[in-house]
Amino acid sequence: MLEAKIPDGPLEQKWVHYRSTAKLVSPGNRRKLHVIVVGTGLSGSSLAASLGEMGYQVTCFCFQDTARRAHSVAAQGGVNACKNYKNDGDTVLRMFHDTIKGGDFRSREANVYRLAECSVELIDQAVAQGVPFAREYSGYLSNRSFGGVQVSRTFYARGQTGQQLLLGAYQALMRQVASGRVQLFTRHEMLDLVVIEGKARGIIVRNMDTGAVERHGGHAVVLATGGFGKIYYLSTLAMGCNVSATWRAHKRGAFFANPSWTQIHPTCLPQSGEYQSKLTLMSESLRNDGRIWVPKNKDEKRAAKEIPESERDYYLERRYPSFGNLCPRDVASRAAKERIDAGYGVGPLKNAVYLDFSRAINEQGKEKIAEKYGNLFRMYQKITGLNAYAEPMRISPAAHFSMGGLWVDYELMTNVSGLYAVGEANFADHGANRLGANSLLQASVDGYFIAPYTIPNYLANEIKTGPVDVNQSAFAAAEEAALGKLKRLLGTQGTMPADHFHKTLGRILYDKCGLSRSRAGLEEAIARIRTLRDQFYRELRVPGGPEMNSELEKAGRVADYLEVGELMCYDALTREESCGAHFRVEYQTSDGEALRNDKDFSFTSAWEWAGTGKEPILHKEPLHFDFVTPSVRSYK
Amino acid sequence: MRIKLKIWRQESLAKQGRMVDYSLQSVTQDMSFLEMLDMLNGQLIQQKQRPVEFDHDCREGICGQCGVMINGRAHGPLPNTTTCQLHMRTFKDGDTIYIEPFRAAAFPIKCDLKVDRGAFDRIIQAGGYISASTGEAPEANSIPIRHDIAEAAFDAATCIGCGACVATCKNSSAALFTSAKVTQLALLPQGQLEARRRVLHMVNQTDKEGFGHCSNTEACQVECPQQISVLHIARMNWEYNRALLLSE
Repeated sequence: MLEAKIPDGPLEQKWVHYRSTAKLVSPGNRRKLHVIVVGTGLSGSSLAASLGEMGYQVTCFCFQDTARRAHSVAAQGGVNACKNYKNDGDTVLRMFHDTIKGGDFRSREANVYRLAECSVELIDQAVAQGVPFAREYSGYLSNRSFGGVQVSRTFYARGQTGQQLLLGAYQALMRQVASGRVQLFTRHEMLDLVVIEGKARGIIVRNMDTGAVERHGGHAVVLATGGFGKIYYLSTLAMGCNVSATWRAHKRGAFFANPSWTQIHPTCLPQSGEYQSKLTLMSESLRNDGRIWVPKNKDEKRAAKEIPESERDYYLERRYPSFGNLCPRDVASRAAKERIDAGYGVGPLKNAVYLDFSRAINEQGKEKIAEKYGNLFRMYQKITGLNAYAEPMRISPAAHFSMGGLWVDYELMTNVSGLYAVGEANFADHGANRLGANSLLQASVDGYFIAPYTIPNYLANEIKTGPVDVNQSAFAAAEEAALGKLKRLLGTQGTMPADHFHKTLGRILYDKCGLSRSRAGLEEAIARIRTLRDQFYRELRVPGGPEMNSELEKAGRVADYLEVGELMCYDALTREESCGAHFRVEYQTSDGEALRNDKDFSFTSAWEWAGTGKEPILHKEPLHFDFVTPSVRSYK
Repeated sequence: MRIKLKIWRQESLAKQGRMVDYSLQSVTQDMSFLEMLDMLNGQLIQQKQRPVEFDHDCREGICGQCGVMINGRAHGPLPNTTTCQLHMRTFKDGDTIYIEPFRAAAFPIKCDLKVDRGAFDRIIQAGGYISASTGEAPEANSIPIRHDIAEAAFDAATCIGCGACVATCKNSSAALFTSAKVTQLALLPQGQLEARRRVLHMVNQTDKEGFGHCSNTEACQVECPQQISVLHIARMNWEYNRALLLSE
């Protein structure tokens, strides 16, 4: 049933072979074909712009007030590409290997190889658009190394790489909007997917400024709607990030893959109170010069500066001598949690670890550190009121990136014909853990270089279809169902705001389906989420009506979170091994490292919706390793 | 902390708006300004009142979606800080805080503190890009760019499009916003070919949207969260005049 459609042949020939044999649409026919793109982050903007440039009709939607604000904007550290500008032995094959190892051998070889292969072109494209990457005094592009790898392949733009890449894609999109080839609807949220005779034919959206519910038809629908780490409520994500588009597509038949694999980022600001809405990310690049430690004494009362070297536990350097502070995110987060849970945490709530720059400042000087990380130190001071030049930062892990997402094949098409998912919205390339600076890469590569080749392969058979009529009964039925859901949310006359349920769900998931999971904890979480969902539909209060209403938007998102949260727990429960970000306490080595089980769990879990209150159905896509041998991931 | 609030409430553009008084009892110093508004909205919902609509998203100072006038200043009392990065430790127990939307003819009010900044998108559409279609790019290092020029272009590129420059300007001028993009792309070698056309179209679009002219008060640079310099406005004017004189 799950056909990944991976081309035959040697690894390095697969993508070129695909491109050489995929069906084409002649320039004259492209105007007849209409593609809907939902989301204007890096993958959505770059795809909509690229399809517009090729001559297709594109309609593009985002919930923000302008396309430039999508959460790609917040990625700080950089974007990986194996240009080998540093002459340190980087190749496509090495980058492929690092990525597949970083993902703990739970991703497809062919996809990962293609990601590394296309990384080279991406840098060229971004530079041509005017993305101001960091440069050396020679005028050539600068690189740095980033968590989990030993070469310098990360291109960066101060601490604002995501913003600058997104602006490049946004400007390309604006150019197409001006030319009339892309029609852009801001402040629109997707309510449902319309499937007719097994093919995605359109979407139902809500204008968030007027409340009007609208129908849009197309020959293909692309979801570029990002990740759903915001399900934990406290996360590094923007307040509006959500799972709604992908989840509603899931309920129309698209499989959801590996939903429980959420990256918990190690370097975020710790929670300081109950009212908190957000845990701000501090770029992982800080780990290049910062050293992570906790006091050796649980009851340490002294300020960090007064604790002598001999009484500090640099636990990453101790446990992982060869990678030290630069080990991958899942390893660093789990090690921090281990120390915090054991009672060694620092800060008023003892929920953080130190990230210390004193040695780097002594060795390189304050000015050099300020040049590299000045904006991050300023941000830290604005939020906490503390000066990180004078005392160590306090950091803690926070939910960050969804490795899981809609199941897609090699063409980035879901199991619903004509429905695609790109960027973080799909599950494809990162396996069980994403390497730093690979998210911007995947989003861009999907949008600029992969989907623009694979979508035409499908559209070539749609040339004779003619314009999609939105007056068909399937559109009317989907619209009616969407209106019914809104009515139900508005009609629940309880007393509690949507945020209350979101925060409660977030706490359940963080405790039971976060950095570590257990059978008993997950079973408990499923029961508690079901109870919470019942409460939500009894006790929710959405003030106001169907017009502009932020609370209605929130309630719609939380309703979806309450369903996907349960699926995450099922996913974590059935995967009886530890791999990447997924750590089952029952499956660990004697020294507390993850114990992967390749014999029984070398597959992608793709879940099918079975109906409300019914257990979801698990489909397995086996993973084949023909070019690498899965090894025990060691950063020691 | 106890905080008194006077907030602009306006159901829609067509309806009359007014300042409404609220008070909060248990605000803490570590709360962000927007978390304080979350707290107010939580109380309003429990009292069955309509919560205050305000724009926000990333809450880490980079998306540019948040922005209100706080005690008459765009993004509040701290210089070069977005509303979401303002924390309540900046205020004192018993303070009264006035909160209003960013006001400008080109930013019509949608509801309460939300305004329509679509004009900025249309200014970018008029030419705020380099026409490099996907696939056309040459090898990245074939275009070396001097370090200081790359850094200067970066300083301009950091604009987050929040609109504080317009809101704080007595003329509601968008000169800082438009000039930041004009400068970034004019400095880079990749952007030179379209530089003349770009500046003419973008400046004309800025006028068309109803933004006022710049009269060099430099108020914008004081509030800009990204510390974009008014020198970019001088460069834009120079680029504009050069384009007028030299265009065919």
